[in-house]
Amino acid sequence: MQLLPLAEAIATHVRDGQSVALEGFTHLIPFAAGHEIIRQRRRGLHLIRMTPDILYDQMVGMGCASQLTFSWAGNPGVGSLHRVRDAVEHDWPGPLTLHEFTHAQMAVAYQAGASAMPCAIMRAHAPTDLALLPHPATRQLTCPFSGVALEAVPALNPDVTILHAQQIDAEGNILIRGIVGAAKEAAMAARCLLVTVEEQVERFDAGMNAVVLPAWVVSCASVVPGGAHPSYAHGYYPRDNAFCQAWDDIARERESFLGWMRRHVQGSRDHADLLRSLGVAA
Amino acid sequence: MSAAPWSGDEIMTVTAARQLADGAVCFVGIGLPSAACNLARQTHAPRLVLIYESGTVGTRPRVLPLSIGDGELAQTATCVVPLPEVFAHYLQRGRIDVGFLGAAQIDRFGNLNSTVIGDYERPRVRLPGAGGAPEIAAHARQVLIVMKQSPRSFVPRLDFRTSVGYLTGAGSRRAAGCPGGGPRAVITDFGILRPHPETEELQLAALYPGVSVAAARAATAWPLQVAAQVEMLAGPEPHELEVLRALDAHTRQAHARPVRIAVPHSGPSPRGLS
Repeated sequence: MQLLPLAEAIATHVRDGQSVALEGFTHLIPFAAGHEIIRQRRRGLHLIRMTPDILYDQMVGMGCASQLTFSWAGNPGVGSLHRVRDAVEHDWPGPLTLHEFTHAQMAVAYQAGASAMPCAIMRAHAPTDLALLPHPATRQLTCPFSGVALEAVPALNPDVTILHAQQIDAEGNILIRGIVGAAKEAAMAARCLLVTVEEQVERFDAGMNAVVLPAWVVSCASVVPGGAHPSYAHGYYPRDNAFCQAWDDIARERESFLGWMRRHVQGSRDHADLLRSLGVAA
Repeated sequence: MSAAPWSGDEIMTVTAARQLADGAVCFVGIGLPSAACNLARQTHAPRLVLIYESGTVGTRPRVLPLSIGDGELAQTATCVVPLPEVFAHYLQRGRIDVGFLGAAQIDRFGNLNSTVIGDYERPRVRLPGAGGAPEIAAHARQVLIVMKQSPRSFVPRLDFRTSVGYLTGAGSRRAAGCPGGGPRAVITDFGILRPHPETEELQLAALYPGVSVAAARAATAWPLQVAAQVEMLAGPEPHELEVLRALDAHTRQAHARPVRIAVPHSGPSPRGLS
């Protein structure tokens, strides 16, 4: 495990054309890391994420991605992702190939990837048009013991998984608490794991069954306070719901979106600078 | 309905809340279903168990979440479980009594589209996609659908079938091996549609005060069948409106609250090896 400033961590580990999963289910979304990928102008990424929300709207709108694997793409409780829609509906700023699943399918696909299984198996249910897509990713099979109808979902093994977490301790272990989503599975499935954290502590004050990623499964970590904003870090700061609602207007038109990105993301040196430009820094 | 002392959203929310029996285990989506479940919990169903797909089990939020994973849901939950467990241990294992769904399009057998309007490859409108809906639709013991009724959304043919209702009716869902019971009610801004016991085609089963059968049929792009007995639903009680409006007011207030994060003055980030 290497502890590096975020810009160096991204420069060292994220390359054009890779498959990259920035995970975190509403909670602990690694916004600072995503913004750094935008600043460093990565291209042709295959972005993976169960719930592409504002961060992937920004990354897709800024031209970082050519493919998207996902299960639900929206701004939760608000509406559409205007930039993702523009890419799918009008190829702006470029075409985006979609690989879509259900939440349950993606969850087991990460689990399979984390377990060195080529695929995951779940119960088959009545047919939907998801099975008829241009790149149908699931296959039907029968349980060799019971004859029950099953569905196989290919494993997900991102080249790079990026998480945000609350703490790193003196040994470099990572602590995640609160809503964990599929973060642990996405982490263990990755070939390279990058983590940003709120703070560095000597040792954790956590229960025996807490979600801890041992230092030796982590490739690289960076201390980035506020690194999940406008998502949140339980115990540190709440979700910025006012910003998430305001994003709808910012992203609706290409010009307003590009102006916002230039001013706040590309115009900021780092995440602390960005939080100051948003008036969020205390 | 414009003269009614409640809005369309309010009567839909109250009607959805009334469908929930105390003690039921509900898989909740954000928006109107979340409002309905919490209204029910704060009125007639205090022991309602709410599970949001973010892994928050038995949550009792004091304000409605904007997203499916707001901190309020984790803070007030019995437990917070990893996402694969929500879908495997709770939903696929058959532990959900009621699943709530909405969509952009519904057909006469309660099948739902939340993927695209128009052609898949070149859609007119790209919608969010499946999320948890296909498995909720398949596995929940019963599904409640909440949707505003209009000829654009209540369509003869879906542009994309994201989640199954009764497929083509007359037992085809059961034959396809879906373990859950399917949609028991579609709560709209006109009233309630329920499946016919044999054909499983949705039919108009109940109407709100002041709403006509003709109006409900005009808002449906297939020839909507009407049940032999159409129930006349009571409007929201003052107490229900009071609780719902208080919940909405607290929620608006909470969501507008500015976030402040303590950020150190720029200095070198820590680096090192371990």
